Amino acid sequence: MSPELINLIIQATGESLFMVSTAALVATALGLPLGIFLATSRKGELFAAPAVNAALGVVVNAARSTPFIILVVAIIPFTRLVAGTSIGSGAAIVPLTVAATPFIARLVEAAIREVDAGLIETASSFGATPLQIVFKVLIPEALPGLVLALTLAVVSLLGYSAMVGAVGGGGLGDLGIRYGYQRFMPEMMLAVVVVLIALVQTVQTIGDHLARRLNRRLRQR
Amino acid sequence: MNAYSSLAVAEPIRPVEPVVPEAAVAAPMVRFEALSKTYPAYRDKAAVEALKEIDFAIARGSITGVIGRSGAGKSSLVRLINGLEKPSTGRVIVDGREISALSGQPLRLAQRSIGMIFQHFNLLSSRTAADNIALPLEVAGWTKADIRTRVAELLELVDIADKHDRYPSELSGGQKQRIGIARALATRPDVLLSDEATSALDPQTTRAILDLLANINRELGVTIILITHEMSVVRQLAKEVVVIDDGRVVERGHVADIFTHPKHPTTQTFLAEALGDAVPVSLASRLVQQPTSIGQAVIRVQVRGTDAGDTLVARLARELSIDVALLSARIDEIGGQHVGSLILGIPGGEASARQTLTYLSQQQFAAERLGYVA
Repeated sequence: MSPELINLIIQATGESLFMVSTAALVATALGLPLGIFLATSRKGELFAAPAVNAALGVVVNAARSTPFIILVVAIIPFTRLVAGTSIGSGAAIVPLTVAATPFIARLVEAAIREVDAGLIETASSFGATPLQIVFKVLIPEALPGLVLALTLAVVSLLGYSAMVGAVGGGGLGDLGIRYGYQRFMPEMMLAVVVVLIALVQTVQTIGDHLARRLNRRLRQR
Repeated sequence: MNAYSSLAVAEPIRPVEPVVPEAAVAAPMVRFEALSKTYPAYRDKAAVEALKEIDFAIARGSITGVIGRSGAGKSSLVRLINGLEKPSTGRVIVDGREISALSGQPLRLAQRSIGMIFQHFNLLSSRTAADNIALPLEVAGWTKADIRTRVAELLELVDIADKHDRYPSELSGGQKQRIGIARALATRPDVLLSDEATSALDPQTTRAILDLLANINRELGVTIILITHEMSVVRQLAKEVVVIDDGRVVERGHVADIFTHPKHPTTQTFLAEALGDAVPVSLASRLVQQPTSIGQAVIRVQVRGTDAGDTLVARLARELSIDVALLSARIDEIGGQHVGSLILGIPGGEASARQTLTYLSQQQFAAERLGYVA
């Protein structure tokens, strides 16, 4: 493979990593509080607001049931509003974030719900405020689950980021489609797939390792 | 020369009375006033009247056992004391404050003077023993240095100073409950609520934990309220007992009185279980209701009193000339009273059995015929 092509791969990898990491950061910043709220706002819970909970649930489900490629096209006006353009890696961050936020919110909700309700009762019994319960009990106790949830979200984002290539988003997917598919360069397609596999493996390994290290304190030494 | 010896010289020797402040007698630690708690119907569940017409007080510095079957309303009762739940009607007054009327920050402040321990310990698995104990102090806004000093004290108090850096997963049930107790005592509460705190522990560990609670009550003067379904826990630790059945207080008083003269059927059943009045399974399986020609009549004798039962079997044998068989027996000493039961096998057919029952009632023993064995 020529150095030019290798350079293309490196450049596309950089674009993909930029899109994914930015989208993951923003989606976590939005999805984490949203997920915690979803997990604590049903009837009788810490921030009980059943109506808001139900409404948010509908929105989250709607966003999650829209196929990503349709979401990308459907929110182009919104993408333009936020990014100024609908083309390129920067613009692709917008639909990636929009897709990942409800996904992360649901994963966070599940991880937080895993925390024993008895611990919330215990903290309430010695006068902890709801926010203290979130920061001192729920998040620390759910941390290994949260790390695995975020790992899963990043891996999914890598997949999505390859898809935004189809609509001019740049990155590895774009490279694979344009060179590998449209220019009949199977070696390029293969290279893109190998890089994606390597990225997913790396992210998953780091996530697993981190979760295990956090978890080891919880179980056996 | 210390104060005690000078006192002994000056006055006749008398037992040292525990120091109880005057106010303690006057103002109870916890008072329930005309309280009821109803959980409203929700989805497919009907409304539940968990507590009805609750009206009693718990004395300052006492150890009170609240006993009842699961679903009797005991858990609701403790959760009303620390404001985790609100009464439907009536009031709960803790240390002179109407806790049932508080909410928000005033409630949270009040909750710091009420500690609670749980059946399943409820420790944070992500925190070490020391950090678990520190949690209520962090919540209360203590400084790091103060927390460190206090946590060290508490670990010492519950006798697990060496487990400072251990995570709950590395500790035994008894050690976990010790951490639970230290955490509950961290903010120096006046009341300690125990919700089935020993139910998940083996008998030996239960004993050790109950001893620890007794020490805490004695040395710190903390009022302890024990929720339990085990009479043995009440017997070992409590001075006062409240029996709850179907949401009502059916009987309450000193442990020794309740154990020797239980009035309510629920109390009697609890006692029967705790005191081994229950017929052993191996015997129960052989019991028949029809007299057998060669067998024995089985008679259970309740033993309640100071010298009761000690010589009963010998007296029966001597005075009625019956070869009394002792099938099962258990007698405990509770508050200086002997409490328990004997299950006797009486040979010699119907006449002999009737003679024995008559003798027992003359001697003021409660006795009943359970059946016959071959």
